[in-house]
Amino acid sequence: MTVISSSTNADELTLELVAEFDAPPERVWSVWEDPRKLERWWGPPGYPATFTRHDFEVGGQSRYYMTGPEGEKHFGWWRIDALEDPRRIEFANGLAGNDGEPVPGLPPAGGVVELENRTNGGTRMLVRTEFVNVEQMERMLEMGMQEGMRMALGQIDALLGEPVAA
Amino acid sequence: MTSEAFSEAEADRVFHALSDSTRRDILARAIQREHSVSALARHYEISLTAVQKHVTVLERAALISKQRSGREQLVAANPDTLRRANTLLKAFEQLWIDRANRIAEILAEEGEAR
Repeated sequence: MTVISSSTNADELTLELVAEFDAPPERVWSVWEDPRKLERWWGPPGYPATFTRHDFEVGGQSRYYMTGPEGEKHFGWWRIDALEDPRRIEFANGLAGNDGEPVPGLPPAGGVVELENRTNGGTRMLVRTEFVNVEQMERMLEMGMQEGMRMALGQIDALLGEPVAA
Repeated sequence: MTSEAFSEAEADRVFHALSDSTRRDILARAIQREHSVSALARHYEISLTAVQKHVTVLERAALISKQRSGREQLVAANPDTLRRANTLLKAFEQLWIDRANRIAEILAEEGEAR
């Protein structure tokens, strides 16, 4: 089993996932570093990602788009905030406009990746995502979800209007 | 502060429950107020048994809950599960579970190739 645990915190708008792989940290690192590998897993089914830029260094920027079933393109960007090869990646991930550049005034989500050796030679990967607000989550989700899921969420959203207090 | 852990199976149940238009309609009615299963069934051209099955799917996903009132089963929406941020987080959670599985596939292919 790849995914060991995942948890969400609705108050802090964070998501944490722990997965284990039968490959050393150096090889797991390469699926983040190598844009040709990255685009094989970043986009959901039906929305393949294409990275047109991937400067994998501190302060480096990435530009990508995901192509939907109708051929429509959804643009996004990354900024690398910290790197510790092959242990830790901190990056910002935001939405871009049709020119491929970041949308002004729309804050990016924060991402932290941690890779640890397992005693069997494999790797434990923790990915933590932190959102700024619900609107940001909705807009990022619209960008690349499977059609059915997106429709379902749109429906729920329309039904609820505003979040129900706990 | 609430911290809820969802298994892959639980996230699957929520998205499976929301993938059907009749179930989304049942949920929409249950959000407005409580309904008996038989009252819900009058809105659809399907059997009472089929409606009961849809209700069970929604219940398993914790989107609604059932309460017995005399001879009737009353169906009500579960506001906790329906909190918008939580629903969105779950969608992202599923996205990351799928991503981790795709990474595992890439690593496995590379392992075979060497």
